[in-house]
Amino acid sequence: MVYENPDGVRIGLEVHVQLNKLNTKLFCGCSTDYHNDEPNTHVCPVCLGLPGSLPVINERAVEFAIRIGLALNCEIVEQTQFHRKNYYYPDLPKGFQTTQYDYPIAGKGKVVIEGEDGERVIRITRAHMEEDPGKLQHIGTIEKSKGTLINYNRSGMTLIEIVSEPDMRSPKEARRYLDKLRSILDYLEVFDGDLEGAMRVDANVSVYGGDRAEVKNISSFKGAERALLYEIMRQKNQVRRGEKIVMETRHFDEARGVTISMRTKEEEHDYRYFPEPDLVPLRVADRAPAILKALPELPDAKRERFLQQYGMSGMHARALTTEIKVANFYEEVAAKVDPKDAAVWVADILKGELNYRDLDIDAFAVEDTVAVIGLVTENKITEQSGVEIIRTVLDHGGKPQDIVKERGLLKVEDDIVAQAVEEAINESQEAVADYLAGKEKSLNFIVGKVMQKTKGRADAREAREKVLAKIKG
Amino acid sequence: MITKEEVEHVGWLARVEIDEKESDVYAEKLNSVLDYFGQLDEVDTKDVPPTYHVMDVVNVFREDVVKESMPQDIVLSNTEHKKEGNFKSPRIM
Repeated sequence: MVYENPDGVRIGLEVHVQLNKLNTKLFCGCSTDYHNDEPNTHVCPVCLGLPGSLPVINERAVEFAIRIGLALNCEIVEQTQFHRKNYYYPDLPKGFQTTQYDYPIAGKGKVVIEGEDGERVIRITRAHMEEDPGKLQHIGTIEKSKGTLINYNRSGMTLIEIVSEPDMRSPKEARRYLDKLRSILDYLEVFDGDLEGAMRVDANVSVYGGDRAEVKNISSFKGAERALLYEIMRQKNQVRRGEKIVMETRHFDEARGVTISMRTKEEEHDYRYFPEPDLVPLRVADRAPAILKALPELPDAKRERFLQQYGMSGMHARALTTEIKVANFYEEVAAKVDPKDAAVWVADILKGELNYRDLDIDAFAVEDTVAVIGLVTENKITEQSGVEIIRTVLDHGGKPQDIVKERGLLKVEDDIVAQAVEEAINESQEAVADYLAGKEKSLNFIVGKVMQKTKGRADAREAREKVLAKIKG
Repeated sequence: MITKEEVEHVGWLARVEIDEKESDVYAEKLNSVLDYFGQLDEVDTKDVPPTYHVMDVVNVFREDVVKESMPQDIVLSNTEHKKEGNFKSPRIM
């Protein structure tokens, strides 16, 4: 099946990734651990843009950038430097953003996603380093705002901007690309994607080969999908009415789910880029081979290995390798039980229960998973009881072994039932005689005894049949 | 040649108000500066690689080690416009 892309949709994404796992900002020693702190408490003369301050590049930030570039199959540039991108807006106290311009640290890469019609290569144009601006917060609603509050704690944080070619043909493919990027970045341990503002997306969209609109202010992956759906619909309607689509920047209004034109007089050349005189150039391509060698196994490679090594289905391999934490969890479980059982229990059951409760894999212990799978595969409890144990642990805590006891989940084996039947009959000769004499109710007495002996875990109907068979036999 | 309109546009980019009279004066002044720099164009630089930096130094780094930041009251001491630890600006769209 080939995806026709009837509207000629082309989507390119610019993803800003904040390297919040660094200890310090890009050009100064201010701590990156500001998320729970008072405004303007993680700032210094450099990230406040005070006159006379001098930026110095964080070496580890450069190494993280190279790591990301290599993981995206990019070439690392021989020499690069930073530029000043001039614009006047209070989120940048200096009046310019320090960024990379004509020589991004990494370029010409690719990421493979599950597209509309099978595997699809999304080309990466470039990945460059830049500083994050400060955070603006409007007082009151945006329409009636009386002013704007500015917090520079975020100012100067290291960002990697990853720019793709317009290779995505639907909001779904865009979403898959974002999920894949997130997955790769998680594997690289360069950022914590759960922190606010860790990944921010701008989208370039066009239909029928027309001019593109850039949609800004997308704050989540789900938001990206919604913004793209709206924008594609808007452009299609515009074309249907015979109107021209102009190249413009649009603002995504998350609450209303629409994009709004942002009239701006500023154009690319108005940024007046020029080399940052306070920073010397970088020649770091020679570090790439060592960093490449130290790269962890990435999602695609891990998926391939899971398929080979554990003989699981492609769907399980994908589900288990998207998140590095889940992949590691699975391998720990698979070391102790049959890997195929482990795949079913982790990918299908545990992940489902976790998703339902909006929890991540840390909420459940490896040893508990091993215990549950062991109980089921040794035929001590039913699969349904296994699921019940997982739910109970997640909702109320406790250990699987205790829950089995508390809830009496142990399956009663056939021979135990048989033995109980035998004993019950032997101990109830009077009732047997009564039954044979036509007092049908006497049977209940004997079955009751069987249930007593098996502590209620035998199937009552089964027990009844067995007792009958024995008496009549 | 820099026109009056360009002066006004550059003024707008920097959010500086420039009135009619000023834009005439600045256009003239800026043009004379540009003319002066224009003399550089007379030099043949066909085979000279561009200079991005005046010093022949590369790779000046610092380690990823946290240094103390400034106290909030010092950070805000240069502004009269503040609220709850934030800088405050007029409303921005």
